Amino acid sequence: MSEKINLTCIGCPLGCSIEVIKNGDEIESITGYTCKRGHDYAQTEVLAPVRTVTSTVRVKGGVNPVVAVKTRDPIPKSKIADCMKEIYDITVDAPVAIGDVLCNNIADTGVELVASANDQEL
Amino acid sequence: MNNYSERDLIIIGGGPAGLAAAISAYDTFKAAGIETPSILVLERDKVLGGILNQCIHNGFGLHTFKEELTGPEYAGRFIDRLKERNIEYLLETMVMDITKDREVTAMNRKQGMFTIKAKAIVLAMGCRERSRGALNIPGYRPAGIYSAGTAQRLVNIEGFMPGREVVILGSGDIGLIMARRMTLEGAKVKVVAELMPYSGGLKRNIVQCLNDFDIPLKLSHTVVDIKGKERVESVTIAQVDDKLKPIPGTEEEYTCDTLLLSCGLIPENELSNGAGIGMNPVTNGPKVNESMETDVPGIFACGNVLHVHDLVDYVSEEAGNAGAHAAMYCLNGDKAAAGDIINVTTANGVRYTVPTVIRPDMMGDALTIRFRVGNVYKNCYVDVFFDDERIIHRKRPVVAPGEMESVVIKKEMLEGKKIKELNIRLDLNEG
Ligand SMILES: Cc1cc2nc3c(=O)[nH]c(=O)nc-3n(C[C@H](O)[C@H](O)[C@H](O)COP(=O)(O)OP(=O)(O)OC[C@H]3O[C@@H](n4cnc5c(N)ncnc54)[C@H](O)[C@@H]3O)c2cc1C
Ligand code: SF4
Repeated sequence: MSEKINLTCIGCPLGCSIEVIKNGDEIESITGYTCKRGHDYAQTEVLAPVRTVTSTVRVKGGVNPVVAVKTRDPIPKSKIADCMKEIYDITVDAPVAIGDVLCNNIADTGVELVASANDQEL
Repeated sequence: MNNYSERDLIIIGGGPAGLAAAISAYDTFKAAGIETPSILVLERDKVLGGILNQCIHNGFGLHTFKEELTGPEYAGRFIDRLKERNIEYLLETMVMDITKDREVTAMNRKQGMFTIKAKAIVLAMGCRERSRGALNIPGYRPAGIYSAGTAQRLVNIEGFMPGREVVILGSGDIGLIMARRMTLEGAKVKVVAELMPYSGGLKRNIVQCLNDFDIPLKLSHTVVDIKGKERVESVTIAQVDDKLKPIPGTEEEYTCDTLLLSCGLIPENELSNGAGIGMNPVTNGPKVNESMETDVPGIFACGNVLHVHDLVDYVSEEAGNAGAHAAMYCLNGDKAAAGDIINVTTANGVRYTVPTVIRPDMMGDALTIRFRVGNVYKNCYVDVFFDDERIIHRKRPVVAPGEMESVVIKKEMLEGKKIKELNIRLDLNEG
């Protein structure tokens, strides 16, 4: 069964509307892009879309109640919800520095969750 | 140094613009053989980094560092550079007033009120959000109405969620980013309404903040009613016609407890006005020349206080330019005051440029002129005219108000010519 997926390319302000016809893991056609970047973007978006997740976790004993975190690398889009669930449950002790690893393998993606801001002890 | 009476260079604001200006001024002083440059950064917040501290999403620094950083990480790199150079800064210090003669009056808890005399000043105060009053939304004023930037601060720094069911008015980048942020934190963002027929936000944010989470964006829509006595209970939006007037019969009511307003930013220029600095009515920021110097000699401006930027990389670049020239001014004084002057003007779809004046004697090998257009145009050309002669004719598949444009003018293009006016305009004929 073929399915039709509509995307907006984010490669440049033109924002081409791209249509992808996909059958399982097979791309049958990509149309609507203006340049190669759009073609490649559509391909990854359809087959293996990834996003960097940024959020905050609670800090104990810090100046601020929360500190910013991010996944060190982009993770599969389908894992965002699981990743957020794990993030809700994390609490760290101050001080926290940019780059501190807060979780080695977030949502079973093999990607680390790291602090992306600093917080001092109160 | 605990004596706050005099400095060569004072920088007002410790956001990305102030940091980059301070660093490049320092390097300029050093290159000129000054052992310990006399630079002071004044910041009213309790940390350096400015608005970036609350922008925890990634997407900063692609141009500068060739990697995607979050706001605090990007700021962190510049703060490290500032500290490596031992550049002096004062936190929780609010600048109250500046004068044409470059006297800076500031206040903090330790020193109280104090006045410092500077040879040069860089304005880097950033911008603030347009207030709700200016937006003319009818209805009650219950609790639960926030500007998107305030909500961003609450969620990302205070760790407090302002609501659970959200309607957002305005599709500027902060609104889009907050739509995703609040969704990830478990809120339901029901709709983003945008008055204009196009979004003011970056395409990437529309895709990754709205489409990823199936949040509808309604263009040419506005809020016509807000219900609720104590707290917002519902918001009604309606379609607008081409005069931006709501069309009766198109109203839709959304139950929600929170309304976020993301209606644009304006440069923070109370201080500049106080010093009598000439302003550009289009940008609401000072008019500047090629050195990022305002019409008050020795006072420079950069970053969002000059014109609102969507990419911090450009802020750092522009601020570096301002800082270097401010240091040169301290070293050499106002040498070029008598040289030739070229006015930079706009026409046909181009709303403004920065700078608005070029002194060829003072420019480097190349000068980047940044500008914004007033509408979305496809298949147009960006034209640069030196008086009546067309010098640049560059094809652009699309230009949009939300994305800053630029042209580079090389010094050699100006050499041997007596030009009065440099005009930047769009050629739409072939579009
Ligand atoms: C919400 C938001 C999201 C953004 N997202 C992105 C993005 O994804 N990618 C990207 O590249 N760019 C993004 N930008 C753009 C970029 O971050 C900004 O353009 C940049 O931070 C502006 O830097 P600035 O130093 O001019 O202003 P600011 O960061 O606002 O710094 C100004 C500083 O001056 C201080 N100040 C003001 N008045 C005084 C006074 N009287 N005395 C002392 N100190 C004072 C303030 O406290 C502040 O610290 C975003 C901007 C905003 C607002
Ligand atoms: S396909 Fe090419 S031209 Fe179209 S939006 Fe993407 S990058 Fe731009």
